[in-house]
Amino acid sequence: MEEVAPEYDVVVLGTGLTECVLSGVFSVKGKKVLHIDRNDHYGAEAASVNLESLFKKHGNYTKGEEPWKKYGRANDWNIDLVPKLLMSNGELTNILVSTDVTRYLEFKQIAGSYVQQGSGPKATVAKVPDGPAEALRSPLMGIFEKRRAKKFLEFVGSYKAEDPATHGGLSLDRCTMKEVYDKYGLEANTRDFIGHSMALYSTDDYINTPGVAKEAITRIRLYVNSMARYGKSPYIYPLYGLGELPQGFARLSAIYGGTYMLNTDVDEILWENGKAVGIKATMKERIEDGEGMKFETKCKTILADPSYFPGKVRVTGHLLKAVCILNHPVASTDNSDSCQLIIPQSQVGRKHDIYIAVVSSAHNVCPKGYYIAIVSTIAEGTSNHHLELQPGFDRLGRIEEKFMGQPIPLYEPLESGQNDNVYISKSYDATSHFETTTDDIRGVYRRAAGEELVVEGLRDGQNLVTDE
Amino acid sequence: MAARNPQGGRPGASNSRFAQFKLVLLGESAVGKSSLVLRFVKDQFDDYRESTIGAAFLTQTIALDESTTVKFEIWDTAGQERYKSLAPMYYRNANCAVVVYDITQASSLDKAKAWVKELQRQANENIIIALAGNKLDLVTDSPDKRAIPTADAEQYAKDSGLLFFETSAKTSENVKELFTAIAKKLPLDQAGPRSMRASATRPGVDLRPEAHSTQGAGGCNC
Repeated sequence: MEEVAPEYDVVVLGTGLTECVLSGVFSVKGKKVLHIDRNDHYGAEAASVNLESLFKKHGNYTKGEEPWKKYGRANDWNIDLVPKLLMSNGELTNILVSTDVTRYLEFKQIAGSYVQQGSGPKATVAKVPDGPAEALRSPLMGIFEKRRAKKFLEFVGSYKAEDPATHGGLSLDRCTMKEVYDKYGLEANTRDFIGHSMALYSTDDYINTPGVAKEAITRIRLYVNSMARYGKSPYIYPLYGLGELPQGFARLSAIYGGTYMLNTDVDEILWENGKAVGIKATMKERIEDGEGMKFETKCKTILADPSYFPGKVRVTGHLLKAVCILNHPVASTDNSDSCQLIIPQSQVGRKHDIYIAVVSSAHNVCPKGYYIAIVSTIAEGTSNHHLELQPGFDRLGRIEEKFMGQPIPLYEPLESGQNDNVYISKSYDATSHFETTTDDIRGVYRRAAGEELVVEGLRDGQNLVTDE
Repeated sequence: MAARNPQGGRPGASNSRFAQFKLVLLGESAVGKSSLVLRFVKDQFDDYRESTIGAAFLTQTIALDESTTVKFEIWDTAGQERYKSLAPMYYRNANCAVVVYDITQASSLDKAKAWVKELQRQANENIIIALAGNKLDLVTDSPDKRAIPTADAEQYAKDSGLLFFETSAKTSENVKELFTAIAKKLPLDQAGPRSMRASATRPGVDLRPEAHSTQGAGGCNC
């Protein structure tokens, strides 16, 4: 096998989405990139796996049996490890378009966006209004409240950061969201679905934090504009699952000269004066005999996901997640082939929302007739995690298979990376979309490259052979 | 680009057929995968081309006859095969593949055979595979440089149901013929790399800002 070059500008460890986007951007910008993953597949924590792998990972079957066989071909299943969707007008969409990675992927809408009001047998599920007009028709509110909500959403719709005349007489940089809600006289339930299913805050911390009003309004605008883009929901989703995203960006990186090595263990990080200056690694396929290919290479910068530097990260919380296989759509979602359903925390006596993301054969992630519902939240207790997700399970009706592992620790780096040349990303958090992931991508890029990441125009003026 | 609908026929031209297919390239490093494509797409050749950069997404159309046009959407490995790290995305929905070897390198045919096996494992069952023995120009003047007899490769191709050509990206010999033969073998009536994708209940979405709406039937941006 070909020898690995003696030196790279950037060594990237882990092929999750964050790492693949960064690898792609650095390659496009002319850096020499070596990208490694210890696994035999792309995607790391952001991969999509087949049903057999999922059964084997959770071990919830009798040895000797092959329960996945009754669900069609295992490879027809692409089950996401990360329960997220893309906002149509979000930053990840912008990055996909700006880098032309859209060439390798095909997207479909998520068919609906729903929110729960109340709990237990009295719970109702309704469509999240997509703007002022729909607010008037929403069963989520009474007749007078609908008009107040319409007024509020009109205010949000006309808001322009640079034009104080659109700020409704409030200093949104300083005031709380409570003050804004108060101004429009919104009821608690309305605040709840606006804050949790439109601004997509997963806790109520945002309400009383001074200065968050501007961010909250920007988030509602993102929701409404994403919704307006394709119509059915603010979300889009790649055919064959989210695992296609890292693959697409890895391909971008490779096209611009990035070198890819799966099945490669990092044996040692090389240090000089407290700074990482290279790696020793071994590439070896699992089925392969012998020692594999050992190599050593120098580098100026290391980018990595948290799993490669357990001593340099801390745990910020735990994600609870259960993958459920259904053979029917979720009740009260208009028989949608896919949806997002949010159960705001206060409705079920919690501090963190419960999210349900549903995709199906319409997205080529499972055979016809099946639905994959992922129920997730942030752990609030240290035991009985199953009960924390129960309000989510209650929405699903009959469940064919349920895969729920241990709580998943969420990591963030202890340091910026500027002292030791090791720039570590955050785990994929509990939010329902990729906006925080793209924030992290921008953050890692800023720390590692010393400049802001500008993706617009990245595909222009590149020295590539192309016919279009 | 990604959200274009498969086109069995161009709107308003009912007598003509226009079909689009995904073609992937495979083969050992330095056998001339990218050179073959560059010759086919741009009619160019560069003796000192560095290993793959930039030939990673090209398209070329072939007019089979007056009423039938085939468009190839060509995927190069972008070097990801070097350390056995090709992504499943590469094989996904590929309609046809060109597996390239170098007729002056004995080991490259074995590698090609391994790639054919990999295709049979990962790609669509009905994928059309062509075997291309490249660098024919090198043996025209000095026949002793040939390491793989034509008959051997041809027999292997025949046994495995592959199309077979010896080509020269440098002189362009057999390059057009290779791609034309593939085009002729493709199932034109069920055309399109996208057609094997999701059910047609809801069309895909085009993310480009300039294409700001859902794609309706007949929206061809080819």
